[in-house]
Amino acid sequence: MNLIVQGYPAYAYAGGRPFEPTLPAIVFIHGAAFDHSVWQWQSRYFAHHGHAVLAVDLPGHGRSPGAARATIEEYAEWVAALLDAAALPQAALVGHSMGSLIALETSLRHSPRVTKLALVGTASPMPVSDGFIAAAREEPPVGLEMEAVWGHSRQTQLAGSPVPGASLLGASRRLNARSKPGVLHAALNACNAYRASPERLAALQVPTLVVAGKRDQMTQFKAGQAIAKAIPGAKLVALDAGHSMMSEAPRELQAALRDFLG
Amino acid sequence: MAHSGPKTPHPDTLAVHAGQSPDPATGSRAVPIYQTASYVFPDTDTAAALFNMETPGHVYSRLSNPTVAVFEERMAHLEDGTGAIATASGQAALHLAIVTLMGRGGHIVASSSLYGGSHNLLQYTLPRFGIETTFVPARDPEAWGRAIRPDTRMLFGESVGNPSVDVLDIPAVAELAQQHRIPLLVDATVTTPALGRPLEQGAHLVMHSATKFLSGHGVVIGGVLVDGGRMDWLASGKFPTLTEPYEGFHGMNFAEESTTSAFLLRARREGLRDFGACMAPMTAFQILQGLETLPLRMQRHISNTRRVVELLSIQKEVERVHHPDERGHPDHELAAKLYPRGCSAILSFEIKGGREAGRKFIESLALFSHLANIGDAKSLVIHPATTTHFRMDDEALKAAGITGGTIRLSIGLEHPDDLIDDLCRGLRASQK
Repeated sequence: MNLIVQGYPAYAYAGGRPFEPTLPAIVFIHGAAFDHSVWQWQSRYFAHHGHAVLAVDLPGHGRSPGAARATIEEYAEWVAALLDAAALPQAALVGHSMGSLIALETSLRHSPRVTKLALVGTASPMPVSDGFIAAAREEPPVGLEMEAVWGHSRQTQLAGSPVPGASLLGASRRLNARSKPGVLHAALNACNAYRASPERLAALQVPTLVVAGKRDQMTQFKAGQAIAKAIPGAKLVALDAGHSMMSEAPRELQAALRDFLG
Repeated sequence: MAHSGPKTPHPDTLAVHAGQSPDPATGSRAVPIYQTASYVFPDTDTAAALFNMETPGHVYSRLSNPTVAVFEERMAHLEDGTGAIATASGQAALHLAIVTLMGRGGHIVASSSLYGGSHNLLQYTLPRFGIETTFVPARDPEAWGRAIRPDTRMLFGESVGNPSVDVLDIPAVAELAQQHRIPLLVDATVTTPALGRPLEQGAHLVMHSATKFLSGHGVVIGGVLVDGGRMDWLASGKFPTLTEPYEGFHGMNFAEESTTSAFLLRARREGLRDFGACMAPMTAFQILQGLETLPLRMQRHISNTRRVVELLSIQKEVERVHHPDERGHPDHELAAKLYPRGCSAILSFEIKGGREAGRKFIESLALFSHLANIGDAKSLVIHPATTTHFRMDDEALKAAGITGGTIRLSIGLEHPDDLIDDLCRGLRASQK
């Protein structure tokens, strides 16, 4: 569905059902240089199980025009504006990678509007290596290849896919390659610069789930453990997968989210 | 400063491993043959979620099967695509691509140098269903451009044409396709991913008859269709099957559902479901046995072919050899550019004495098998004008580069000296 957010058109996939804002809402937020379709399975499942679902294309990503934002804080304000545009007083936020930081910051800034927070493949801080940022700036195809390859477990390069007939790495490569020039670089900088102080995390009142991949090459498992410890009452679920748990372990992630979101 | 990307497995490694994890139930290292039609659902909610594509998995082996999926994923990795669908034959793969992209009123521009079966489908059968094809000389990019119409929905050619062994200029035709926002489908049966990857060269979709080099043993019939994921169906606006709700699957809009795999979703959820030309698990298993050694076998196919081309080109009984290794071949340079490791173990030649000499030649061969196939471990021979292409009239035969004296060879893995002995014997007999 199409919305107007902060004055610009914004696209969100409603999970294959008409969007019904009176149902308990879930906003799915993708990572750097991806789009709503990374949540293909989860968004469709929850839309058919009693939820109003918005799997967004962040500004400058996928079908949403406009400029990619330079900071996580700006994206967080965009998500709050999206809730307004969709007439959602409250929603659960589920974010992956950069999207997890956006979901976190939105929760820190607008906690009354966030019913639950699920952080998938996360770390805070989320340092990005100089080499990765430089490649994204100076040699985008190499930066995009790093994003796709490190965004999955090493096993994914050879192992069978949970999605019959799919090459998860191939699909990620093509989706990443569709991102507009400069989007990956801006996103990596935004992740690298973001800080959520321990005090702010300790004060977060939103029920939180952290889903961490034991084979994650991008945000390491111990970083997920750390953020789960830093947020009061946060629950940690470990999956035997790399960073892209939505496709690497779709059934297991769905089960974890179902237990948490209801 | 030059940046180096992360290391990923080489094609030789992908050919052996990609798409397979050791069997979770038994630890089996070899790919198990999941000889089952259907799969038990753990509960009703999971069953409903599987049917509604809310969770991935197997429902019924017409749609997907664990053994077949290993073959599909291995091919997707080898071609660097987003995914693949295995089909009952190469013909089924071509049909699946076409019917996923278009219906009545659709138009295809295809190379005139095609496998006879593909030509039949496009020329004689699909018009009955309202899909027309304009055939153009493979080597003439301008002809491709002129033939594209507002209702054109696909360009189609073979990476290396069969039997005339002309090389499709994939980058040039792909650029045309891109300009018109329509996909280029390449049949890469002859080249295989071991010699060249059409998706890397700009094609949008690639298909194979897996019966041929991918298997290498000639014991199965199978096909595969791989999506490169680079086509922007939404921006094209010409493919409502992918960008508009489909009532046949809960109003699903495939391009919304999956940005890069909309084509494969529709092809599986409609094409395999409704037309049903799926691959059997045993077939996938057998193809996989061959696929593991594809890079090694293609090296030998190519080195043997080079010996045969060298031999035939100096025989007095031979008027002309058609193979891009020949310096005089019109695609010599293009082949070297697109396929530096070699481009074809198929070659054809014109025998002096036309049809009658061709008959004597074929009948006096002992090692080459006279049959309608290519890409076997065994060397093969056929007379296209009376077999694979017999439905073509003289004009179409000429366009496909075939005469009464054309002999097609598919060079196998035997010792090259034995192949040469057999061919020399046949050539001498042909002129008696």
